[in-house]
Amino acid sequence: MDFIYSFISPGFLSQILVGLSRTVILFIVASGLSLILGVLRIPNVFHGSLYMIGAFMSYTISVAFGGGDTGFWLALIGAPIGVALISLVIERGLFQYLYEREHLMLILFTFAISLVFGDLVKLVWGAEYKSVPVPQVFQGFVSLFGGLPFPKYNTFLLFMGPVVAFALWLLVTKTKMGKISQAAAVDREMVGAVGINVSWVFATVFVIGCLLAGLGGALVAPTVSVTLGMDHSLIMEGFLIVIIGGLGNIWGALLGALIFGLTQSLGILIWPQFGIVFPYCAVIVVLLIRPTGLLKSTW
Amino acid sequence: MLNVKNIHTYYGLSHILFDVSLTVSEGEVVGLLGRNGAGKSTTMRSIMGLTPPKEGTITFKGEDVTGKKPFLLVRDGMGYVPDDRRVFADLTVDDNLEIAYQKSKEWNKERIYTIFPALTYMKTRRAGNLSGGEQQMLTIARALMNGPDLLLLDEPTEGLAPLIVRDLEEQILKLKDAGISILLSEQNVRSALRMISRAYVIDEGAIRFSGTVAELEANEEVKKKYLMV
Repeated sequence: MDFIYSFISPGFLSQILVGLSRTVILFIVASGLSLILGVLRIPNVFHGSLYMIGAFMSYTISVAFGGGDTGFWLALIGAPIGVALISLVIERGLFQYLYEREHLMLILFTFAISLVFGDLVKLVWGAEYKSVPVPQVFQGFVSLFGGLPFPKYNTFLLFMGPVVAFALWLLVTKTKMGKISQAAAVDREMVGAVGINVSWVFATVFVIGCLLAGLGGALVAPTVSVTLGMDHSLIMEGFLIVIIGGLGNIWGALLGALIFGLTQSLGILIWPQFGIVFPYCAVIVVLLIRPTGLLKSTW
Repeated sequence: MLNVKNIHTYYGLSHILFDVSLTVSEGEVVGLLGRNGAGKSTTMRSIMGLTPPKEGTITFKGEDVTGKKPFLLVRDGMGYVPDDRRVFADLTVDDNLEIAYQKSKEWNKERIYTIFPALTYMKTRRAGNLSGGEQQMLTIARALMNGPDLLLLDEPTEGLAPLIVRDLEEQILKLKDAGISILLSEQNVRSALRMISRAYVIDEGAIRFSGTVAELEANEEVKKKYLMV
């Protein structure tokens, strides 16, 4: 190990791990955004709101069960499902009538919903900061790389990233639903003309995408203060990630999230005051080199 | 089987089909012949519910299906092979067939592969990488997975080499023998005449002639004016 440290400082390595845990959250949320963008062609601005609602729901569920371990696990399952139910109502109630509209209208529409959600969250949960306790098992730190502490909860996040990526890969490439949605992303009319009820395919994809936003919110909740406005910063990052990765490409979302998470955490090492600028510089560089995104877009 | 009665179809504001009527009886192969842009594909799209007619009615198996959604028409037993093929390019050949599978119908992949043995060898290939002829075969196979009683075949021979056209004709005749009614649109009149028993000639969105193959063969005026043969 000392051999490695002679090249790379422990601080650098632990900063990479911090960046990777951020990547996991970004990937989970952005992959949902990308899925919806790719298959339904909806630039879903309220995806960020669903992430925020996921975090708040996770707070409520966690508190309802006494803030312990049970509460955490139930929140991790319950919050995404709650968000999925909300999205199902929106899809069946509103979106299914709007698929043929132009993108500008869809952006305005989803933006309007994000404003409504913002106010609803304020009504339901209030404007104060909320915090979700880290469960017992993940409290404390593990020591890595010559004793630098790394939060246990972040190792859990690092584990969840690949799990979600693998599940998504299975869903998209191995299930009939995934294959249909790949086909519908390119030619939805023909999918209907081979006997598939495209409307329900879209509903399912939309709900799965939103479920991922809720899951991202539930996972991030113990690491941040849950508050109004957490939707805005995330949706910006989400769209940038999807754009540099390639619209509608889930692996592009992974790549984009990696770029975003790592440049952010390493940027802090290089120039602490301006750490936040680095991911955006990376976005500019990527767009200059590959304006259509790094991987193949479904658009 | 199929009864199209006085339909008028529009793309936006432009009026494309004028009072088109045609019928296909059970087990019959009927041709819809005409030049490029005559209205063949629009007729097919109207029947399939992709561009529903503004006026007129379409009856399928005795039920009025005007304006019915395409996926429901497929479940009723209508199969559609578009003229521009439209295979799902990113999926494999096998997956193209799989997603068209209808549980209630007696067609499955095994049966398709026995009818189109050539497809067996390209199961795992990406549909977008197939040649034109192979893609055409795949679109027909995909429509068969729907288990259709009526197949709408829109210009299946378009852009194919003469040798492949011959193969395709044989396969289409096999489908007829399997009891599937077919509405076949073609500008390649010579090829079409080998498969059909009755024909409609369409031009500028209106039916100009209808009759048996023998009647069409005898009618020099129609052939010259609308079919250029």
